[in-house]
Amino acid sequence: MAGENPNFQNTDPPTVLVHRFPSFDFPPGNRLSTQFHLLDPITSPPTSPVLLHSIRALLCIGPVPVTPETLNRLPSLQIIVGSSAGVDHIDLTECRRRNIAVTNAGSAFSEDTADYAVALLFGVLRRLPAGDRYVRDGFWPVNGDFPLGFKLGAKRVGILGLGSIGSEVAKRLAAFGCSIAYFSRKKKTSVLFPYYENAIDLAANSDVLIVCCALNDETHHIVNKDVMVALGKEGVIINVGRGPLVDEKQLVEFLVRGELGGAGLDVFENEPNVPKELLERDNVVLSPHCSVATPESFEALQDVIIANLKAFFSNKPLVSPVQKD
Amino acid sequence: MNHQPTPQTGKEKNPNLKKISGIKMESIGVLMTCPMHKYLEQQLETHFNLFKLWHCNSSITEFLKTHQGNTIRAVVGDTNIGADAELIASFPNLEIVASYSVGLDKIDLRKCEEKGIRVANTPDVLTDDVADLAIGLILGVLRRICASDEYVRIGKWKDADFGLATKFSGKSVGIVGLGRIGTAIAKRAEAFGCSISYFSRSQKPFANYKFYSNIIDLATSCQILIVACALTEETRHIINREVIDALGPKGILINIGRGAHVDETELVSALLEGRLGGAGLDVYENEPEVPEELLGLGNVVLQPHVGSDTVETSDAMADLVISNLKAHFSNKPLLTPVI
Repeated sequence: MAGENPNFQNTDPPTVLVHRFPSFDFPPGNRLSTQFHLLDPITSPPTSPVLLHSIRALLCIGPVPVTPETLNRLPSLQIIVGSSAGVDHIDLTECRRRNIAVTNAGSAFSEDTADYAVALLFGVLRRLPAGDRYVRDGFWPVNGDFPLGFKLGAKRVGILGLGSIGSEVAKRLAAFGCSIAYFSRKKKTSVLFPYYENAIDLAANSDVLIVCCALNDETHHIVNKDVMVALGKEGVIINVGRGPLVDEKQLVEFLVRGELGGAGLDVFENEPNVPKELLERDNVVLSPHCSVATPESFEALQDVIIANLKAFFSNKPLVSPVQKD
Repeated sequence: MNHQPTPQTGKEKNPNLKKISGIKMESIGVLMTCPMHKYLEQQLETHFNLFKLWHCNSSITEFLKTHQGNTIRAVVGDTNIGADAELIASFPNLEIVASYSVGLDKIDLRKCEEKGIRVANTPDVLTDDVADLAIGLILGVLRRICASDEYVRIGKWKDADFGLATKFSGKSVGIVGLGRIGTAIAKRAEAFGCSISYFSRSQKPFANYKFYSNIIDLATSCQILIVACALTEETRHIINREVIDALGPKGILINIGRGAHVDETELVSALLEGRLGGAGLDVYENEPEVPEELLGLGNVVLQPHVGSDTVETSDAMADLVISNLKAHFSNKPLLTPVI
């Protein structure tokens, strides 16, 4: 049985079914294909339905939905290995009901995402892209000094979701002199930063909100009008989570009316569409959902995926299981 | 945040600045060399007899045609126009040069010392902002923040994903000059899990980072090289072709010091030829001119000398300039003396 030998020597590598959008794939030559027998229905449709019936592991590449219908076709499925930190595209309730374990990218992306959150915040407060454009467009010799920005360390930073990513953001911004506070599902007893029981209270005591929590039913539009009002006219929102964590229509309205100071957004409610009102604004930094688009993150992701699959096939504890509580 | 030019700030922030101990400071002639910060200008106008050199085309000669040179007892300069030998010679009653900067490269310090002219600058208050910018430039270059922002704005995301950037956390950082700013940069880079090494005139006994006694070795060992030292005769063009080649095709150069720290011609050709991976620049050899070849490059981030250009820090620098001037003219110790 493949399950007995984690190194799969002298045995065939275990089969993993690949689930992805046609346009979305891992680069060729990735390490997964050498460690596992990847069955990709898009490139090689299975010749017999029996094959699907015996599939125990599903590798989800990208945010392709995993629905009850998907699961109905895989009666032997025991694990879904995701390729992102977010698993909002996977029906976790259904998986739990069918006793299917789900793993995500764990902390493979946390550093890059945290770095990116800091980059977006810097871009908004110190106007980095706008200043870069100012130089490239030749305005410096003509118009003189570029308008002033705002000091990072003077800002009270509120982190929405102090998980793996949120903790890394906190560590970095603390070094810039920012004061840090957070809201999370539960207060973290080992964390010394002030905790707020809800997003509005956090916003009321912050100048910057960094959205790093998972997207689920409770957190949909967690950054809503009330939160934005509490944050205030000088407030800045940074979103490196998922677009639907923020009420985008409301955000745009507030930015246009000057009810909010600025925003740094890597994610949007309807990617790759970005509200056109944002495209002209200097107090926003826009980004095409690329907070983890680095070779380093991809290597780390492969490590996590391989570790989870190896653990599964060896009946060992999974490396990054998603808990649904 | 808004799109208006510098907001009015801090008029009443420091009421103590208005209390004068029996000296008519409003009559003291102070020359401001160029527009720096509206709040500073207002404070100088309020407390002294302010003259603005740019009203005379920034020319000392022209200024002296319509003003008596001996009225000027203080000069407030900055990174554009400081106090060179010509200026110092033109104002025989000059007692103090208070620079709206921490850098002193635009001040003829030797001349000041010779003539007993005090010099003050603005250290510490701007350390955070400049250190923040060093990290911001690194993130801008490695994570391609400016390019990706542009990508979205011109609608390219609808056609294709942006492509890969490079991770910052965990990279090796080399700092040229471990002074106040260099140390602040190191502290920030450490929070990103970077290994830190440095080159300095001498090893710092309390710094827990690897010291290199020559800059080529530093450049060879690190992926990101940051210029954070003062500009002096020794450090002019300290980043030359040899250093750039040692940094290499995957290396990134960050300059938040002075343009003259870097041999700009060599930098440009290294970038064009791919001998250097990228650069984040806040300063240039001939500001506000920026080499045209850089304007089209995707692996550079260019800033218009904004190192300390935040509302908070500009006001703090201005307050320090005013405080130094008031201290001097009250015969009190300068707060941040250089000479």
